[in-house]
Amino acid sequence: MKILIDEGKCVGAGTCVLAAADVFDQRDEDGIVVLLDDDPPHALLPQVMDAAARCPALAIEVVE
Amino acid sequence: MTNTPPLKTQPTVRSCPFDPPEEYRTLREQEPVAPVTFPDGAAGWLVTRYDDVRTVLSDPRFSAKRIVLRPGGGGMEDAPPPPPGLFIMMDAPEHTRFRRLLTGQFTVRRMRQLAPAVEKIVAEQLDAMAAAEGPVDLVQAFALPVPSLVICELLGVPYADREEFQRNSATIVRLHSSPEEFQQAQAALRGYIHQLVLAKREKPTDDILSELVQSGELTDEELVGVGVLLLIAGHETTANMIALSTMCLLQNPEQLAALRADPSLMDGAVEELLRYLTVVQFGVRRTALEDVELHGQQIKEGSTVVASLASGNRDTEHLADDPEALDVGRPHSAHLAFGHGIHQCLGQQLARAELKAALSALLDRFPTLRLAVPVEEVPMRDDMLVYGVHELPVTW
Ligand code: SF4
Repeated sequence: MKILIDEGKCVGAGTCVLAAADVFDQRDEDGIVVLLDDDPPHALLPQVMDAAARCPALAIEVVE
Repeated sequence: MTNTPPLKTQPTVRSCPFDPPEEYRTLREQEPVAPVTFPDGAAGWLVTRYDDVRTVLSDPRFSAKRIVLRPGGGGMEDAPPPPPGLFIMMDAPEHTRFRRLLTGQFTVRRMRQLAPAVEKIVAEQLDAMAAAEGPVDLVQAFALPVPSLVICELLGVPYADREEFQRNSATIVRLHSSPEEFQQAQAALRGYIHQLVLAKREKPTDDILSELVQSGELTDEELVGVGVLLLIAGHETTANMIALSTMCLLQNPEQLAALRADPSLMDGAVEELLRYLTVVQFGVRRTALEDVELHGQQIKEGSTVVASLASGNRDTEHLADDPEALDVGRPHSAHLAFGHGIHQCLGQQLARAELKAALSALLDRFPTLRLAVPVEEVPMRDDMLVYGVHELPVTW
């Protein structure tokens, strides 16, 4: 799985962190999403898909 | 004589204090994009399905600049610019500039770090409440002070001044405030925050307003707009969620018992209460920047569209499994209570932290908490943009 994030779109809502804390974090200074693992284990796929679906700014893309 | 049928009005009358008006269900089924007049008299479209609400709130063809619909339509040409700093009424990229300055203050991590301070504020309010003899009004004794104290501390606003800014804030979110009352309240609040900005420039303290002043990124007018917005948003919504959630749990004893039996359900219960109660009761307003077709309806450029968060959250498109039921054991759904799109609530992690701390401690501290008046006598906030209760008499 490959995760692409668009920092330009991110509005720092943090819903991705709640959905998949092993994969997403936020930068302290500006709250913008940080990818902790751009190729996480397959077992995390449901959480990652959930994070992408929840992201209010459509900033997360998952390529399987 | 024309034979255009008169527009329906947006449904506002509830038959149950915790459910949105029943007509929403019919609208979702039969007329998902419905021509209506809104409670303030403007005309436009009402969108009620989960997916459509998400579309309207995330598609850049819908603008957050609030344009009053002129009779007979009209374009965007002479839309007034949003007041300085009021970034909820801006689109990207103007909006992005403000949001970026603030998001670092409201991250998941920051809010976790803040949890002990929130818990302390909660405990102090409950101590004071316990010292009084019931019945008390839970709104004044607990639900309003907790988020007000927290946002005052975060922003750097003296809590001692709360009486005035709470009154002004209430006027701003009251549906039937006259234009004069609205203007006056807004001017008073702006004047108040402006004085604070000036004071922080002289002598910065450790708070968001001081940081914003020192960042040098915003003009005074913009600082005032941001400050007013955060102050209002920071207490009205959460205060009503705390009080309304309490009332709702008291009226749903099996749910309350489940939550008391297993406190680990609290995170999920908070999400479910947010979804179920959706306190932004009349929805979120947008303006079409071009002609848009949605479910076969032609939405003309310049039209107002209201996306109903409350209706979307009760849609089977969102939750196949009985969306009309409160179920604190439900897995966390991607609900719309905080909105969607680039304007999704900046303070949502703060709201979660406050709700969790407040409800956990309240239930813990008062095992025999109950309403002190019959449920029909609780004055509901049907007349406010943020739904909830005006008062909640409780005893224990
Ligand atoms: S959910 Fe989306 S907008 Fe929010 S922090 Fe994550 S990537 Fe950014």
